[in-house]
Amino acid sequence: MDLSTDYLGLTLPNPLILGASPLASDLDDVRRAVDVGLSAVVMNSLFEEQLTLQQVAYHEHVEAHADTHAEALSLRPIHPGVDYALGPDEYLTQIGRIKAAVGVPVIGSLNGATNDGWLRYARLIEQAGADALELNVYYLATDPEQSGAQVEDQLVQMVQRVAQAVQIPVAVKLSPFYSSLPHLARRLSAAGAKGLVLFNRFYEPDIDVEELALEPKLQLSNSSELLLRLRWLAALSEQTPASLAVSGGVHSSLDALKAIMAGAHAIQLVSVLLQHGPLIVPALIDELDRWLHDHEYESLRQAQGSMNMQRCPDPTHYHRGNYLRILQSYRRPGAP
Amino acid sequence: MADKNTLIMDGNEAAASIAFRASEVIAIYPITPASAMGELADEWAVHGRRNVWGMVPTVTEMQSEAGAAGAVHGALQTGALTTTFTASQGLLLMIPNMYKIAGELQPFCMHVAARTLATHALSIFGDHSDVMACRGTGFAMLASASPQQAHDMAAIAHAATLKARVPFLHFFDGFRTSHELSPVRMIDDDTLRSLLDPDAISALRKRALSPDHPTLRGTAQNPDTFFQCREASNPFYDACPEIVRNTMRRYAQLTGRAYRLFDYYGHREAEHVIVCMGSGSEMLRTVVERLAAEGRKVGTLVVRLFRPFSGKRFVAALPGSVRRIAVLDRVKEPGALADPLYLDVLAAMNEFHEAGPVELVAGRYGLSSKEFTPSMALSIFDELRAPKPRKHFTIGIVDDVTHLSLPVREHLDVLPKDVYQALFYGLGSDGTVSANKNTIKIVSEETELDAQGYFVYDSRKSGAGTVSHLRFSREPLAAPYLIERADLVAVHQFEFFDRIEVLGALRPSGVLLINSPYPADQLWGRLSREVQEQICEKKLVVHMVDAEAVARAAGLGGRINTVMQVCFFAVSQLLPTERAAIAIKGALEHSYGKKGEEIIRRNMQAIDTALAGLLRVSIPDKASAERHRPPAVPASAPPFVRAVTAAMLAGKGDSLPVSVFPPNGTWPMGTTQWEKRSIAAEIPIWDEKICIQCNKCVFVCPHAAIRAKAYPSTALDKAPEGWKSVPFKSSDLPGQTYTLQVAPEDCTGCGLCVTVCPAKDRANPRHKAIELQPQRPLRDAERERYDFFLKLPEVDRTTVPADVKHTQLLRPLFEYSGACAGCGETPYIKLLTQLFGDRLLIANATGCSSIYGGNLPTTPYTVDANGRGPAWSNSLFEDNAEYGFGYRLAVDALQAQARALLERLAPELPAHLVTGLLSAKQGDESAIAAQRARVQALRYALAQSSVAEAKTLEQLADYLVKKSVWLVGGDGWAYDIGFGGLDHVLASNANVNILVLDTEVYSNTGGQQSKATPLGASAKFAASGKAVGKKDLGLIAMSYDHVYVAQVAFGARDKQTVDAFIEAERHPGPSLIIAYSHCIAHGYDLMQGAQQQKLAVESGIWPLYRFDPARVMDGEPPLRLDAGEPTRSVSEYMRNEARFRMVEALDPKRFALLQKDAQRLTARRKEHYQQLAQLRVTQGLRTSIFPPKKE
Repeated sequence: MDLSTDYLGLTLPNPLILGASPLASDLDDVRRAVDVGLSAVVMNSLFEEQLTLQQVAYHEHVEAHADTHAEALSLRPIHPGVDYALGPDEYLTQIGRIKAAVGVPVIGSLNGATNDGWLRYARLIEQAGADALELNVYYLATDPEQSGAQVEDQLVQMVQRVAQAVQIPVAVKLSPFYSSLPHLARRLSAAGAKGLVLFNRFYEPDIDVEELALEPKLQLSNSSELLLRLRWLAALSEQTPASLAVSGGVHSSLDALKAIMAGAHAIQLVSVLLQHGPLIVPALIDELDRWLHDHEYESLRQAQGSMNMQRCPDPTHYHRGNYLRILQSYRRPGAP
Repeated sequence: MADKNTLIMDGNEAAASIAFRASEVIAIYPITPASAMGELADEWAVHGRRNVWGMVPTVTEMQSEAGAAGAVHGALQTGALTTTFTASQGLLLMIPNMYKIAGELQPFCMHVAARTLATHALSIFGDHSDVMACRGTGFAMLASASPQQAHDMAAIAHAATLKARVPFLHFFDGFRTSHELSPVRMIDDDTLRSLLDPDAISALRKRALSPDHPTLRGTAQNPDTFFQCREASNPFYDACPEIVRNTMRRYAQLTGRAYRLFDYYGHREAEHVIVCMGSGSEMLRTVVERLAAEGRKVGTLVVRLFRPFSGKRFVAALPGSVRRIAVLDRVKEPGALADPLYLDVLAAMNEFHEAGPVELVAGRYGLSSKEFTPSMALSIFDELRAPKPRKHFTIGIVDDVTHLSLPVREHLDVLPKDVYQALFYGLGSDGTVSANKNTIKIVSEETELDAQGYFVYDSRKSGAGTVSHLRFSREPLAAPYLIERADLVAVHQFEFFDRIEVLGALRPSGVLLINSPYPADQLWGRLSREVQEQICEKKLVVHMVDAEAVARAAGLGGRINTVMQVCFFAVSQLLPTERAAIAIKGALEHSYGKKGEEIIRRNMQAIDTALAGLLRVSIPDKASAERHRPPAVPASAPPFVRAVTAAMLAGKGDSLPVSVFPPNGTWPMGTTQWEKRSIAAEIPIWDEKICIQCNKCVFVCPHAAIRAKAYPSTALDKAPEGWKSVPFKSSDLPGQTYTLQVAPEDCTGCGLCVTVCPAKDRANPRHKAIELQPQRPLRDAERERYDFFLKLPEVDRTTVPADVKHTQLLRPLFEYSGACAGCGETPYIKLLTQLFGDRLLIANATGCSSIYGGNLPTTPYTVDANGRGPAWSNSLFEDNAEYGFGYRLAVDALQAQARALLERLAPELPAHLVTGLLSAKQGDESAIAAQRARVQALRYALAQSSVAEAKTLEQLADYLVKKSVWLVGGDGWAYDIGFGGLDHVLASNANVNILVLDTEVYSNTGGQQSKATPLGASAKFAASGKAVGKKDLGLIAMSYDHVYVAQVAFGARDKQTVDAFIEAERHPGPSLIIAYSHCIAHGYDLMQGAQQQKLAVESGIWPLYRFDPARVMDGEPPLRLDAGEPTRSVSEYMRNEARFRMVEALDPKRFALLQKDAQRLTARRKEHYQQLAQLRVTQGLRTSIFPPKKE
């Protein structure tokens, strides 16, 4: 079965790719992921803000103690001429290492904090050899003074600047919290985005009621998160020239198939790998292959977008109708 | 600077650069001011720098200088070119091996940044007392007087020793030379190699101890042969001076820099000559050149090779015309006829001088870096001109006791005419010194000017001040003394105007650059009358910039250094401002590179806005302020504090005469209370409505600057306005009123108290029972409240339960120390004084705790209302366990004597009183109070007695009250240098308590690894992360079956800490408490110190336990683990601290391995402890120490 797909202008032998995760920081993990069949690697994100914080922390806690006391002119070993990996170097080097170690496309991932940072690091990631760049827009609009339009304008401008600054294809990883995603998708595409990734998952802190404190929590995704993505894949599929990737909620071959049918060109896997290890990948590919074969598809491309809003039998289900019907059909467990 | 081989560096680097390249093995131990030499060697080795033979020398940190000397001796014996670096007491610890090394004629060169030996007090500063203590060792001693000479003489010494086979001690003045920045023309590897004779090296290898051609060295000899053998080395000493002389000649040929064994400068027909050695000679040279040019027949003879002393060469170097010589010693040998250089000169003159009579006088100068200036030199020459010059004199002080000091009447300036001198008053934390070091480099690189930088630091660790002395000139600068007349003064902290004399040295029409938090139109009004008068009288040109605002806006926090640096360039015009700005930016890029793009960006922004904000301030014709500069201490302070401490605080200690000081180093208690430093930007403010009165904030405060009291409400009659109080929640102390109060001018604003405060407003949990608020607007009201608070009655000690909450009502007798803001050590010491302060003796090992505990001008140990308090002393670094053990021996002996006298006088005294005194258990505060009452009654009874022994007993009676002896120090002491003694004391039966303040690194000397440094942490000498685990001191102590051992971390479980202190004190034998102490060397905001301690415990990195041998008697396992299973990972703990993260940033792969290893070690130790905690002892129960439990 031909499982090949095109994502960001890259032709991939199958749509399953390694999503942005800490796995990319370990070369052995990346090798294993590619060995078992993943067709591209999205790097963990380079967080500009984190780099800044590290540098400032280094400055505050190491350099700030220099020349303060007669007996201790410094408190830490100083390495003249040696640069601590407080800049993007380690990240950029890792791109090179991965490129050298595996034969699949490597997609850099970037979370900028400033206009300058987005541009600078995008260029550096390109120079380091990345085949594409995913802009990880992890932005929470909490300022009441800032309108939705302003948020979108800023995003579009940033994407435009980055897309102009680099030659490699640029994808934008979005959150679901935009008022008109198809419209935004169209603008992003016009701004130069070659791909959209649905969706970013925000880490949501929990509340510790005893301590009256927030607790950072990392929840891995599960299949229930896929439904939100299916709807918006379906809505965007064929509405934008950008290729689409799904991120979050694909845990089985059936999940993957649904995402493909809704319009995904690539499927980013993270949680399922963290939970089950890389050996689940061959099984997913086999099952996908078998299903398409058993159902007499010619290729995966034939299924791609088949259930999007343009082509699915009853698109109203993707609209409000879906909501109404489900609500009406809901019965409390045990109720008559 | 034209010459690419000329670099700006200090004397330490100049000497170390030679030593490193001329050695194969380096063994060191950190000690101020020599630490930097070892650290540089280690850094160079880590980065693969090679010696002149292409190999990377091995650099090893040992457990003490004695250890380093032993390692050095072994390496020499087995044939390696070896060096070491040290100073002061460290040098003393090397002396035994030095005798051996010299006795065996081992070619060797060590480098010493000469430092004062501790006598009546410790001093980190420079004089020759340490090197002079080595005169008997048989080492050759070569002195250098400037950073350039430190480089040159180091090379000469390394070369000469190979040929002479006499080992060399090369020394230069601590701080004055070791820390002075100036241009040094470096010699390259080829030149250095050509100096080091390959035949001599080959001969050394042949002599090396080897099983391939074995010999025996280190025999024991007897009266028949020892003497002769000793004399057998004479020819080597006889030849040594000429070898040095020839090496100097060769050096001159190679480098153009010529030295002689004794260099004479001055008039060719000088009649009066000063003989001097070390940095002072550089100044003397400029003085005599000036005076000789004016026709005065004076000169100076500079001693380079002090030992072996060539009398012949000395005399030959003197002009034949000389009639009087003043020999200056930078050391005091009490009781000697004169100090050592004088005696050697006297002997030389006696033996070799033939032409006419010459009168010799002895002068002493410069002890502990006391200034030695041209004006003082002039006074000495004037004295030599007197009809009868004094035979013995001192210079630089006012001696009104033995009247030895020469007056300094006339000011002499011998600096080049074009010299530009700038003084900068800053804080350690604001980066002033770093920026000035950088300025010197910039000026040297960008101009033809010669530059010199010297930096004076105060001794506090929080809010420490710095003064930078920078000189620039077209002519070479030889001025090893502080700036006396400045062209520019920069005041980087506005508060300094009120605290110290910053304008005294500024010349008329000079430039004053101020970092002002006030706008230009308000600045004038904010200055005191005294400062305004000086500005007007001197017609100063005043510039200001709000550097803090600029730095803050640029995201640089309190680091105002770049802002002030660019403003300095703008007003000094040493360089065109634009060029200076470009150079600063270049320097930033050079030093931060890729590790600090953000920092560079922020600094660049700050530079641009700084220049825009720099303003010339217009100055009125005369002073208008009514406000006077506040006194250094309040009028209510005791007379000594007003007379002496106040002068020291104002920076006028140099002017105090000898008579005001006690002759044996005794100092009054509790002087920190008089110094109101007001260094906190924000202070904690109490919301009594939310407070749950847990007193955790009081417990963690490193400076005893937030306190709680429970007192009767009747005490509130005259409470100041806004006084806050609530009913005290305590069933143990019912009916009391409670107040929590900050000491606004003693708080350092660290925020530890706020972080540990568990009381949150239920509706708005962001609001806690204490919150940091800006200090300035609250200062006056809070000061008034704190004064009132202090006057409230203290809680009755006998009623206080031994828990965290109630013990924190006890008055701390350790307060407002100069420790770092957020210090993790001082809360333990404070607790010690709260629990046992009125009967406490502390022996304190040298280190941070001895510095904030006993460094002048003010000290934190204080007394209670009865005048009782901790008796504290610091002996040395290495001997503290033994020292404290000695306290115990004395206290026990005096107590035994008191008991014996009491028994003897019993017939004279009330029987119940004697029985009571002799049988008192003194197990708790009530029992101790009862015993004190009995002692009081005894005194009364003794006063009625006519028996002679009554007086003796009266004097010793207080020893009948139990004393608590504590041996306090850091991990460097307990794990490394003092471990032998500590182990010996643990092995004894003595009732002493050992408190180890474990910061896991040598904090005081700047972050060198100790054996307490944990696996994976970076430290000096473990730059790539320590590869082996921390030594388990607790486990070692547990291997004795009579030692109480506890490991505590107050931030994790304060109750366990309190319990451990009380149990340790009650334990009748030795006890050991290992206390986790967060430290600035760990690299994070210490406001989070307590949280990080918690994480240390929760991750299993720092297990809490108490090992009480007495439990064995109850059939219990002696070890009790006080923390549950780890709930967090070790990496979570490590991630928070720069000491670990730096390893990751340097080498992520190695760090990942170290992290795994740290987790593995933690798990292994946990298992080990858990097994031990199950261990019940059923056989061989000890009875000797615990025969029925004695209190």
